Amino acid sequence: MSVFLQFLFSGLTIGAVYAMVGLGFNIIYNATSIINLAQGEFVVIGGLLMWFFSESLRLPFLLSIVLAITFTGLIGLLMERLTIRPIKKKDLLLMIMITIAVSIVLRGILMFKFGKDPYNYSPFTEGDPINIYGAYIQQQTLWVIGITTLCIILMYLFFNKTMLGKAMKACAVDPTAARIAGINVERMVMISFVMSAMMGAVAGIAVTPITLMEYDRGPMLAVKGFCAAIMGGLGRGRGSVIGGFIIGILESMTAGYIHSGAKDAVALIIMLVILFFRPAGIFGSKTIIDLRRF
Amino acid sequence: MRITNKRIFLVASLIVLIFPFIFDSAYTLSIATFAGINCLSAMGLCILMGYAGQVSLGQAGFYGIGAYVSAILSLNYGFPVVFSTLIGCVVSALAAVLLAIPALRLKGHYLAVATLGFGEIIHVVLNEWGPGGPSGFGDIPKFYLFGYVFNTPLSYYFLIWAVVMTLMAFSLNLINSRFGRALRSMHDSETASSAMGVDVPSLKIKAFVLSAVYAATAGAFYAHYVTYISPSSFSLFQSVLVLMMVVVGGITNLWGAVVGAIMITLLPEALREFKEYDILVYGLILILSLLFFNKGLVPIILERLQKGHRA
Amino acid sequence: MSLEIRDITKTFGGLVALEDISFDIPSGLIKALIGPNGAGKTTLLNIISGIYPPDKGSVTYRGRPVHGLSPSEIARLGISRTFQHVELFGNMTVLENIMVGRHVRTKAGLIACGLRLPSARKEEAEIRRQSEEVLHYIGLSHRRDEKASSLPIGEERILEIGRALATEPTLLLLDEPASGLNEAETIELSKFIKRLRDERSLTILLVEHDMRLVMDISDEIVVLDFGKMIAEGSPEEIQNNKLVIDAYLGEDDQ
Repeated sequence: MSVFLQFLFSGLTIGAVYAMVGLGFNIIYNATSIINLAQGEFVVIGGLLMWFFSESLRLPFLLSIVLAITFTGLIGLLMERLTIRPIKKKDLLLMIMITIAVSIVLRGILMFKFGKDPYNYSPFTEGDPINIYGAYIQQQTLWVIGITTLCIILMYLFFNKTMLGKAMKACAVDPTAARIAGINVERMVMISFVMSAMMGAVAGIAVTPITLMEYDRGPMLAVKGFCAAIMGGLGRGRGSVIGGFIIGILESMTAGYIHSGAKDAVALIIMLVILFFRPAGIFGSKTIIDLRRF
Repeated sequence: MRITNKRIFLVASLIVLIFPFIFDSAYTLSIATFAGINCLSAMGLCILMGYAGQVSLGQAGFYGIGAYVSAILSLNYGFPVVFSTLIGCVVSALAAVLLAIPALRLKGHYLAVATLGFGEIIHVVLNEWGPGGPSGFGDIPKFYLFGYVFNTPLSYYFLIWAVVMTLMAFSLNLINSRFGRALRSMHDSETASSAMGVDVPSLKIKAFVLSAVYAATAGAFYAHYVTYISPSSFSLFQSVLVLMMVVVGGITNLWGAVVGAIMITLLPEALREFKEYDILVYGLILILSLLFFNKGLVPIILERLQKGHRA
Repeated sequence: MSLEIRDITKTFGGLVALEDISFDIPSGLIKALIGPNGAGKTTLLNIISGIYPPDKGSVTYRGRPVHGLSPSEIARLGISRTFQHVELFGNMTVLENIMVGRHVRTKAGLIACGLRLPSARKEEAEIRRQSEEVLHYIGLSHRRDEKASSLPIGEERILEIGRALATEPTLLLLDEPASGLNEAETIELSKFIKRLRDERSLTILLVEHDMRLVMDISDEIVVLDFGKMIAEGSPEEIQNNKLVIDAYLGEDDQ
């Protein structure tokens, strides 16, 4: 039982990261119909910057968090300004490749600045692991899960209860109609990238004390986060969160009970199965797929 | 003088023949050989993306299948290399069919990610269950034909480029034929295409299989050249690299794929100075070409030349 | 009897696009399908050409049931079409567009084409010759090597018809071919469609909004409104039919 719980919690931890990445995907997708394959890099940047501010520059803990999130948000802004906005005709293939290219550039910069080593810093709260029915859960794990849940709630409120959030959703379905309704589409796109980047950073900052962070974690996170988003139905925040946790738990269980090397394949196989048999995702609806521009 | 495919083919063949006599060091020949191998992958992707209009981020998967199948069959089971290469292509083709049947109902992003997922799954499989796991394995037999072993840089150079030019001729024939027109029509308008009798689903599968076979051929020749392979050569980055070749050179043009492949192969050499920056430079080049040379170098150059010709 | 349509019904989500549509198209006639916007005309055309199946009912062509077949199978049976929003192969030349029309009557496959086998080469020469013929028939030979997307709308529509002709159809479905044409072009078009019926013995189902064109060339007319058939008959009968007049007056003041 305790072994099972151990796996469960470690699955929830990594699942939380996937959920956040999936949320980040959805934010940008909801505003722009673009899938940002550089999403995973934001997580890595968040974690590495946090190390830089708190360990290298020895800045106070909270200040480091704020700086790391802000800087990552700025990178998201730069990405939107320099590589997304200049493109007039947002052709699908072009957008896919641009975001891939950006992820490559970001990774290159990270490798240059941080090298290939893993980085770490102290957890948010010091203390012994908590004993839950025999499983030893690190305190940081609870932080990760807690922060993720908070973000999810905030996102839900934002997109469904605020004018800004609803305006952002309108932009993806029909930017022309949104423009006519007085929505500044360009600004919505920019905000979506900044928010998405910050969300990724939060995930990275929270999870690094547990899993460490290296410069090239990005693509795998992006792929699995995307799996989460697909599972839940692209565009549906709640769905991708659930998808993320499911993937995380299944991965952890596979690694623990079956074969540790195969765990990376779990998310991929789930994604392919969903794409082939129910592309709308477990929670999505078919008409939404057909209506989207892509 | 009109620029026709035949003329370009002749000039290219000439260049291929003369090249090793001007640049005859083992080093340059080896780069040229890798360029040839990459040309094969790029041509396959070009047919799929540029002509049939389908996105694929999983080329590395087929490349890897070709390499591993051919290497394993020839090394562990004593198959003659030519046969193991062919079987590598067949296995790759089968994988393409299995992937294509469900995947081609998908469009756009979904298709892109499905192919990406496929490529990654192959990578994981090779990593876990391939001989030697993540470290790979060596002692792969070199390519031989009727008793002649291709083990000098010059001989392998000619072997590879002979294959490239043959497949190029095949591809050019294909593009300018009933089959090629059907592909291109499908790219422009699937609805109208099927109204004219084109069996669109079946054609998409064929395009996928074609690109997979090209990639598998490249993979097999790669394996029998370097004689030591590991899963790290068959990852997402490899798929992206092939994508770059096609994009930079010109998605809609087979010669563009060749030019792009050569350029991307030369890149690490040009970047030798900037070893730490290499990933960065790849990304920057990709971004810049996407932002400014949207159609790819070759179509842009061809357009300029033809405008000049008409004036 | 060329085409028999019986009890065709089609719903999309909650919307009933077509309800119990039944009529015949005799061979060698031009039959027009008219009705206000949204009446279901293009939907019916899409069902006949195989883009989607009907929910209920049947389409029989020369005695064969064709409802539910794929568009490429239907093309093989001799039914071809044009589209309301021109769907040319924009990146291909005018001649190549017509050559794609020959696809359904030819068979060189992947291997034969790639290896340029003699059978493929012979067939290719035939394709070229026959396409040039069609190109000449429709009067666009001077545009042979231009990109299809560079043509003016009038020529685009003619090219689309030419492409359909290349499939050697016996039934031709035309979806609003006069849309976007000026008066002179429309007159040319109506002469052209009549030639198709007379010179090539084609049966034609014409969806159109341009009433002069419809009244001028149609042998018979079917009228749809909100997915239901409200009238069928000769041009004179339809012109004097009160239901038809009401349906159109309800739409606009022409």
